[in-house]
Amino acid sequence: MAAPAEATTQAEVGHEPGHASFPPFDTSTFPSQILWFAVVFGGMYYYLSRRFLPAVGNVIAARRARIAKDIDEATAMQTQADQAAAAHEKSLAQARLNAQATAQAARDRIAAETDAKRKALEDQLAAKMAEAEGRIAVNRNAAMANVAGIAKDAVGAIVERLIGRSPDQAVVAAAVDSSSRA
Amino acid sequence: MAEAGPAINPIEQFELSRFLPITVGQHHYDVSITNSTIFMILAGAATLWLMSLTARGSLGVPGRLQSLGEMAYEFVEGMVRSAAGEEGMKFFPLVFTIFMFITMANLIGFIPYSFTVTSHIIVTVMLALIVFFTVLIYGIKKNGLHFFKLFVPSGVPIYILPLVVAIEVISFLSRPLSHSVRLFANMLAGHITLNVFGGFVVMLLGASAAVKVVAILPFAMTIGLDALELLVAFLQAYVFAMLTCMYLNDALHPGH
Repeated sequence: MAAPAEATTQAEVGHEPGHASFPPFDTSTFPSQILWFAVVFGGMYYYLSRRFLPAVGNVIAARRARIAKDIDEATAMQTQADQAAAAHEKSLAQARLNAQATAQAARDRIAAETDAKRKALEDQLAAKMAEAEGRIAVNRNAAMANVAGIAKDAVGAIVERLIGRSPDQAVVAAAVDSSSRA
Repeated sequence: MAEAGPAINPIEQFELSRFLPITVGQHHYDVSITNSTIFMILAGAATLWLMSLTARGSLGVPGRLQSLGEMAYEFVEGMVRSAAGEEGMKFFPLVFTIFMFITMANLIGFIPYSFTVTSHIIVTVMLALIVFFTVLIYGIKKNGLHFFKLFVPSGVPIYILPLVVAIEVISFLSRPLSHSVRLFANMLAGHITLNVFGGFVVMLLGASAAVKVVAILPFAMTIGLDALELLVAFLQAYVFAMLTCMYLNDALHPGH
């Protein structure tokens, strides 16, 4: 069915049937190809340049703008977060510093109080000790004075027993004093 | 040749067949709707469909096809910007249309039993002439006579200048030829090669059982060539678009 039609069309354009020339160089087909190429290419160019390419360009540009905006926002938020973290870090450090200062003050105050108490106690004790020492010294002096008197009495009694008479008080006192001093 | 069957005629795939015969004018120009027409329309429709989908796409995460459309957009955008500069962006729709038309035509032509629009030289010549005349007309409109500085490179000694100018003019005029033949020849040769090796497979399978095993060799070759041709299909579209950008750069900045 197709073969006779082809044969007639080829006969129309002046080819010997069955011996078609190399098709790309067959000039009889050129008008058709030129016309339809022009129609198709023109149509493509018209729709692409007027409608689709600007629209695609807009889509791509809009997406780029959106991505850039998102990145900017993310960067801003990141900066904000960094700032918040820094502020938090700072307040934390401040609080730690305050806490340390308070603790130090309390420690100092307690130490001062303890020192004062201990000092008062020590003073008190020292006073008591001094008083006691004073009393001891008085007692000892008194005792020592008594010792001299006793020694003189004893010397007088011993000498009276040895020699049969009571010795001169003054001599006895001088002798006792000199021997106790030696 | 008739006995060998259609499988080994590698030229047959380039033949046009009329679906709807139309003639116009006194001279009865044949502007029939052919298989080439259908595949041109398919390439254009595929491009417009992809880009309309991309244009209506989401501003958030794009889908697969939207990504593809945006990739094509940014690929060509980068190409134009790097080769022709910021000023060259006014030609971005043109370069994009050229690139997508060639890419789609090449890739659709890859499907078995389909037709490769770019394997016909008249189509690639039309593409190249669009670029050539855009460069010429825009270059003269924008730069006036300065445009012809393009043919006079600076720093050339005066006594060889005529020769250099002649060479530059010839090279400028031969641009559409090399521009179009490169794409045409690549697509034509690739499809012929694929068809020849595919034909070998069919021929060998038609032979005796012992010979059938040998069919593996051209079959493996066909697979390798398929991969290569897929690369070429994309690469030639890229090369064509890239050269377009460089020629447009001449129109924008002659005298470099």
